[in-house]
Amino acid sequence: MAETAPFTIEQFYRFMSQGKLMAAQCMECGKIMLPPRPVCDKCFSDKLQWKELTPKGRLETYTVIHVAPPKFQPLTPYTVGIVRLEEGIRLPGMIKGVELENLHVGMELEIAFDSSLPSEWPAWPKYYFKPA
Amino acid sequence: MKGKPLASIVSAGLSKFGKMEGLYGRELFAQAAKEAYERCPNLDPKKDIQALFIGHMGESYEHQGHTGATAADWAGLTPIAALRTEAACASSGVALRVGIMAILSGMYDVVMVGGVEKMTHRTTPEVTEFLAMASDFPFEQWHGITFPGLYALMATAHMHMYGTTEEQLAHISVKNHYNGSLNPKAHMQKVVTLEKALSSRVIAWPLKLYDCSLITDGASCLILTRPELAKKYTDMPVHIIGTGHACDTIGIYERESYTTLKAAKLAAKQAYEMAGVSPKDIDVAEVHDCFTIAEIIAYEDLGFCEEGMGGRLAESGETRLDGRLPVNTSGGLKAKGHPVGATGTAQAYEIYLQLTDQADKRQVKDAAIGLSHNVGGSGATATVHIYRRE
Repeated sequence: MAETAPFTIEQFYRFMSQGKLMAAQCMECGKIMLPPRPVCDKCFSDKLQWKELTPKGRLETYTVIHVAPPKFQPLTPYTVGIVRLEEGIRLPGMIKGVELENLHVGMELEIAFDSSLPSEWPAWPKYYFKPA
Repeated sequence: MKGKPLASIVSAGLSKFGKMEGLYGRELFAQAAKEAYERCPNLDPKKDIQALFIGHMGESYEHQGHTGATAADWAGLTPIAALRTEAACASSGVALRVGIMAILSGMYDVVMVGGVEKMTHRTTPEVTEFLAMASDFPFEQWHGITFPGLYALMATAHMHMYGTTEEQLAHISVKNHYNGSLNPKAHMQKVVTLEKALSSRVIAWPLKLYDCSLITDGASCLILTRPELAKKYTDMPVHIIGTGHACDTIGIYERESYTTLKAAKLAAKQAYEMAGVSPKDIDVAEVHDCFTIAEIIAYEDLGFCEEGMGGRLAESGETRLDGRLPVNTSGGLKAKGHPVGATGTAQAYEIYLQLTDQADKRQVKDAAIGLSHNVGGSGATATVHIYRRE
């Protein structure tokens, strides 16, 4: 059950594989935490609830990676950025489907979910951003 | 307390920085330690040095952890207390801070602090992967964000917010390569033109090859003592009068701003207050230019200019060797090189040389007060130290 699921990074990615962008919200002070944390880093409460966020927002900053670790080198050049979601929370990720000359700060992007859930650690699906 | 020496540097050593074929980290550290011993004939290392604090980022490079004991062993210092500090690229800035606290605690009279990293025997993609371990794994590394990538995110934001240009970034590279050309221990000792820097290949846009510090092997160390004992060892001690250390979120995406490092600003504030000095009192500074944008942000975080004006300060020439406030006289991480664990105390080594008139062709005339600024990761750790001549 979503409400009782642990407030962990593992659980965040499990939700992502189900097509849901979920953050933890502190029921004491209201802080929204993405990634979720088991204890609120603002008021230390562990009374938390899951809050589904709108999976779209605006690009705050970006870069195009040309030199990467071995696992990512075949993908180069690829674009990564940080998106400010509608609720004001930020999430980093790859950006696909945008021509380099069209990339700009402030552009609208939405999350493309990945439903695969690898069986070995780290079991984290590779969501990415695409034009809204 | 203001301006009162916390601890005093009585000697310092630095291995040659560069691609040190066939030399392991511990062997480079032995070179640095030997220089420090030779500079200070009044000190008997085996009798006087009571503890070693050494910064080292990663065991992945050499498949070697347990760096405290390993480094003490190769420096001929067993069986003293030896401890590794790790805070990514600020590992030895933190070691210096721990050494100061060890002296201030009264437990030790003389300690060695230092740092080491051996990197060049690994491929660039491997080093890229190892360095990225200092960033957030589940959201940054997992999505292919590299270290140059993190600083590129800051650069894009700085350019967007303040109109900072790629040419202003390149000015940092040209300046630091010029300084490096005067430093016989620098990894790269040749000048670079603005055109060459600007036309180099892209690593993580807008950062190009000449915006990035070098993958380097090296080691550095300092010998610290209580200020009242300093004269027993040398006529020319350098006094550490301010220290600051702060942290921030591991993920850059959780920070309020991408154009300033809050940890560095806080560490600077602590150090300035402790030292009783302000940014305008600084005569020479070594700042953490792991990427050119990092030096521009450092100017702002350290109060050398207003927020957003770092790019203009870079192109003004005021931070060149002949300018109002020379920055990175050693060549910085850009040209001297960036063996990550060794960097913090290598910066302190340069300030030690400057404040004892031993910086040769790079000497800043009448330098009395120096500053070093060492950053770990994308800014999740920062240390700032302030020094004054005897």
